[in-house]
Amino acid sequence: MTMDSVESQIAEWRAYVAKAPAVDGRDVDELEVHLRDRITDLTEAGLSPDEAFLVAVKRMGDLDALSREFAREHSGRLWKQLVLSGETEQPRTSSGWFEAFGFALAAGVVMQGARLAAGFPEEESMWLFRNLGLFVLPFLAGYFARRRRLDMRGWALTAAPFLFLALVINLYPYRVASHTEILVALHLPVVLWFAVAYPYMSGTIRSHERRMDFVRFTGEWVIYYVLIALGGGVLMALTALILEPIDPNLGERVIEWVLPSGATGAVIVAAWLVESKQHVVENMAPVLTMLFTPLFAVMLTVSAVTYAVSGAAGAFDRELLSVFDALMVVVLGLVLYAISARDPSRPARLMDRIQLIAVASALVLDVMVLGAMVARIGDLGFTPNRVAALGLNLVLLVNLAGAAWLSIRFLRGQVGFHHLERWQTSYLLIFALWTATVVTLLPPIFAFQ
Amino acid sequence: MHIDKDLVAASATPLVLAILAEEESYGYAILKRVRELSGGELEWTDGMLYPLLHRLRRLGYVTTEWRVPPEGRRRRYYAITKEGRAALEEQQRQWRTVTQALSDVMRGPSGLLMALGEA
Repeated sequence: MTMDSVESQIAEWRAYVAKAPAVDGRDVDELEVHLRDRITDLTEAGLSPDEAFLVAVKRMGDLDALSREFAREHSGRLWKQLVLSGETEQPRTSSGWFEAFGFALAAGVVMQGARLAAGFPEEESMWLFRNLGLFVLPFLAGYFARRRRLDMRGWALTAAPFLFLALVINLYPYRVASHTEILVALHLPVVLWFAVAYPYMSGTIRSHERRMDFVRFTGEWVIYYVLIALGGGVLMALTALILEPIDPNLGERVIEWVLPSGATGAVIVAAWLVESKQHVVENMAPVLTMLFTPLFAVMLTVSAVTYAVSGAAGAFDRELLSVFDALMVVVLGLVLYAISARDPSRPARLMDRIQLIAVASALVLDVMVLGAMVARIGDLGFTPNRVAALGLNLVLLVNLAGAAWLSIRFLRGQVGFHHLERWQTSYLLIFALWTATVVTLLPPIFAFQ
Repeated sequence: MHIDKDLVAASATPLVLAILAEEESYGYAILKRVRELSGGELEWTDGMLYPLLHRLRRLGYVTTEWRVPPEGRRRRYYAITKEGRAALEEQQRQWRTVTQALSDVMRGPSGLLMALGEA
């Protein structure tokens, strides 16, 4: 008779535990079995089922403290709930919408002003191109600094890299048609993106868990930005078509004005979406990884075999090396998506093996191309472009080789998955350093050619 | 006797690893073993064992498997790995040093243990 009431009490208790965001279904099962074991032991010792239930629940401990403890251990699961972090936090008025909009607007206005000052698109402006990142990403950094409520020191450290890089890249005396200037323009946004990591992580840049959160954020941000860009593209195209009968040039003029500010504002809007809509929309990264990892594995394996058989790697030029840089970046992106979306405690699965095949094939391809590239540099000497492309290639090669090595050991059960995570989160520093080197050191080394 | 919270927390990892080094086990049984080993002096809040076990799993010190024993409920079993054994050895080294130092200083001429022991 009382056993039934205990059953319903257990069900209630279970439902309450399951509400904690960081406790998943299997964990609730585990805790429930524990509770039942305890109740069994206590009833055998002579307690009534009701009493046993009460004691067992009491011994389980404070459920809020327990769910906090789970949250600390499984921060990845909380990703979906970042903004909902507990009822205790003050409710944000319209979840920071206004704040994000303000920063997006400011960035859009600054970008428009810069465009007008440079006379783009009538004139080709290297100045605008070179400074592009500086018109956008400081606002993103500011948005995070404000959102994370950084103190004065935090704000100063957030601003420092932006100020330093703005000075450096604008004081360098580039020559006419300078290659290093183009390299600076291409690498600066990446360096600045790493600078955004500081306010994003509230300054705790040593924490590997927070670094992983930043990787997750970057991945989801890319997805949101692409979605916004697609929508914006449709909007622009329709506008141009509708305005065409009035004046064939009107559509073009509108795009000229709207596109720069829109694309800039979207950077911050996408970041806001990632921050606030995470609990509404399931993470995209796992889905995309599942879809594309096998496809890339097939494509890369086929290419590697074709290259090896045909010996085509010998007949390549600089463009091909850039293609391979892009390929390695995409493969690295897949690896990072997979790692950030994976439950680190899950045992190895088929998908991990497929991913290893993709990485290994990419490595084989890259080594073949790299060999030919080094031979070419040996013949023709270094240029800024070759150094930048070769450097990036080497940095990526080492990263993927390390990842492949650790994957093999993980698949053999020799190391835990967190070693792979650690490798990637530690390596972020190398990426940041390399891109910063291209921006700050390469121009003077090559005399601003 | 009440054992200090920090001391309980610090000893939790080596204790759990050492218990799992004896044989694979599940949460409730691990708690019972802790109680047994400490003569009932070391009491944990039951729930807190699980975040700890999950941390050990993430670090690769233990592996888990759901299993139904011949008699009983479906449970998640934890087994120590090679890495876990290595971590345990390291912990043992550290604890030996700490306990050695403590017992040396407490057994000294004006030592605390002496006074307590004689009382």
